[in-house]
Amino acid sequence: MDYLIEVRNIVKRFGGLVAVNDVSMGVGRGEVVAVLGDNGAGKSTLIKVISGVYAPEEGTILFEGKPVRIASPMDALSLGIETIYQDLALAENLNVYSNIFLGREKTRKAAGIFPVLDHEYMHREAAKVLDGLVIKIPSLRSKIKSLSGGQRQAVAISRSIYWNAKILIMDEPTAALGVAQQSQVLELVNTLKARGIGIILISHTMFDVFKVADRIVVMRRGRKVAEKIRTETTPDEIVSYIVGAEAV
Amino acid sequence: MSTENTQTAAQVERRGWVQILARNWALAFLILLFVVFSFTGKGFLGLTNFENILYLSTTFVFLAASETFVIITGGIDLSVGFVMGLSSVLCAQVMQSVYAAHASAAATMVVGALVGLVVGIAPGYVSGILISRYNVPPFIATLGMSGITNGIALTICQGFPVAGLPGDLVRLGNGYLFYSFPGKGSRFFGWPPGVTDSQVRELTRILPNGLLLWLVVIAILLYVLKTTRFGQHTFAIGGSIEAAKRAGIDVRRHLVTIYVLSSFFAGMAGVYNVFQTGVGNFTPFNASYELFAIAAVVIGGASLMGGKGSLVGSVIGVLLLAVLNNGLSISGVAAFYRFIAVGIILVIAVVIDQLFPDLL
Repeated sequence: MDYLIEVRNIVKRFGGLVAVNDVSMGVGRGEVVAVLGDNGAGKSTLIKVISGVYAPEEGTILFEGKPVRIASPMDALSLGIETIYQDLALAENLNVYSNIFLGREKTRKAAGIFPVLDHEYMHREAAKVLDGLVIKIPSLRSKIKSLSGGQRQAVAISRSIYWNAKILIMDEPTAALGVAQQSQVLELVNTLKARGIGIILISHTMFDVFKVADRIVVMRRGRKVAEKIRTETTPDEIVSYIVGAEAV
Repeated sequence: MSTENTQTAAQVERRGWVQILARNWALAFLILLFVVFSFTGKGFLGLTNFENILYLSTTFVFLAASETFVIITGGIDLSVGFVMGLSSVLCAQVMQSVYAAHASAAATMVVGALVGLVVGIAPGYVSGILISRYNVPPFIATLGMSGITNGIALTICQGFPVAGLPGDLVRLGNGYLFYSFPGKGSRFFGWPPGVTDSQVRELTRILPNGLLLWLVVIAILLYVLKTTRFGQHTFAIGGSIEAAKRAGIDVRRHLVTIYVLSSFFAGMAGVYNVFQTGVGNFTPFNASYELFAIAAVVIGGASLMGGKGSLVGSVIGVLLLAVLNNGLSISGVAAFYRFIAVGIILVIAVVIDQLFPDLL
């Protein structure tokens, strides 16, 4: 199938440690691919290569079929690759809309010359996105440090929706949430999928994976050990790949 | 949800008042000092003394303003005091040579000032590169630069103030924007023609040049910090350097710019110091200018953890320390007690900051 983004033969080393070893995978439009693996399997390193945080030593990245160079997070963002990290990467001392626009602030010209931040515009635009979400935030002018975990997640998600993500990478999106908020986030994943966004989901939670994923990629010790269509596999089989029982 | 939502309206309101007072305690304390010293210090309450306070605080305003940017990013710049000394000495040394070669006073001042300002950039650039590329902690990088700049300054001036500069220097540095004399007209940056030295008391002088300069500098920096993307990124880096990086902000370049900016204004303080005193002054070892600048910034509400700070607060911090020094000495309190007072206020600032975190 035609992938929205595809990585081929990616190798990433840290000194003597090979964190990602010859891994190839891809995500299509409106597809959810789950990447599973034990701690240290190389999942996080792989997604950091895709999101421009790490430069791979070897391998190629194709975006919409064309080879691209993703040398920085900004390169990834300009291609439409958005990442929601486990720690959400929000500046706690800034308010909600400032975080949604962080790094891409909207400015206007004051007195025709001086570029100044356009707070009104950013507030208005942020409100439009957050209105569509199930999780409500009292004021977009409140600082992130006064928000709950679920509200912070909503801010992080609306940031990527606002910036028209084509690919959304989600690192353990439900890890720090309560049960009700977990299902809200999974519901959101399905909404985004319906909009044609390709989603890479990093998760430990088998329940999440089997609820939303179309394909499952399993990593172990830096290598891809399995790639299964969700409907053709079982949680038990996936677990055996994760722990390496299948290979023994 | 957060505990705020479960409080009653009255609780919120009472908390609101305490919060407002706690957040503006430095300003409240400054006003209190004014009132107290007006009673205890003969001659405290008067235009001449206020001008004196502003005169003494001008260089500190520059140091504290640029230190504010550094502290908001979560860093610290310990080199500003000695960068100021290096700039001052080099600026004066160049002026001395140029003036000795029979250049006009105006040309001498322009060349000297430019050299002083440009030289001020270098230590910050080096610190910035060390911090952002080589992961040297800001404390160490800028401590290193403070030693280096101090050594260079002392080598150049051999431990003596650099003299032999044009007399117009102090006339400009300690002058006023606007002069007016009844019957003889008015002029900008100079006395109206025909006014003699004996008539100086009847001369109307408006806005000291030093105050004018620091108002302009603060206005520009306020614009940068409060309303531009650069300012927003400065806060973001202090709040979460990871969030800033992942949002695509070029954190390395931003940090280099921050330390260059800090160092540049330290250089400006040095150049202005030459205009104020008419000689090039190296910074004495025990001057602790940088520590007073950092104290002013913290008193002004900044947190050394980063992400928090205000320029207006820092200016209030500088004025608070200046008024405290001036008021205590006018009131006849021995100089050693002033250190105790500064120490106590600094600690109070941090305790208040811990007790009342700002969530809004």
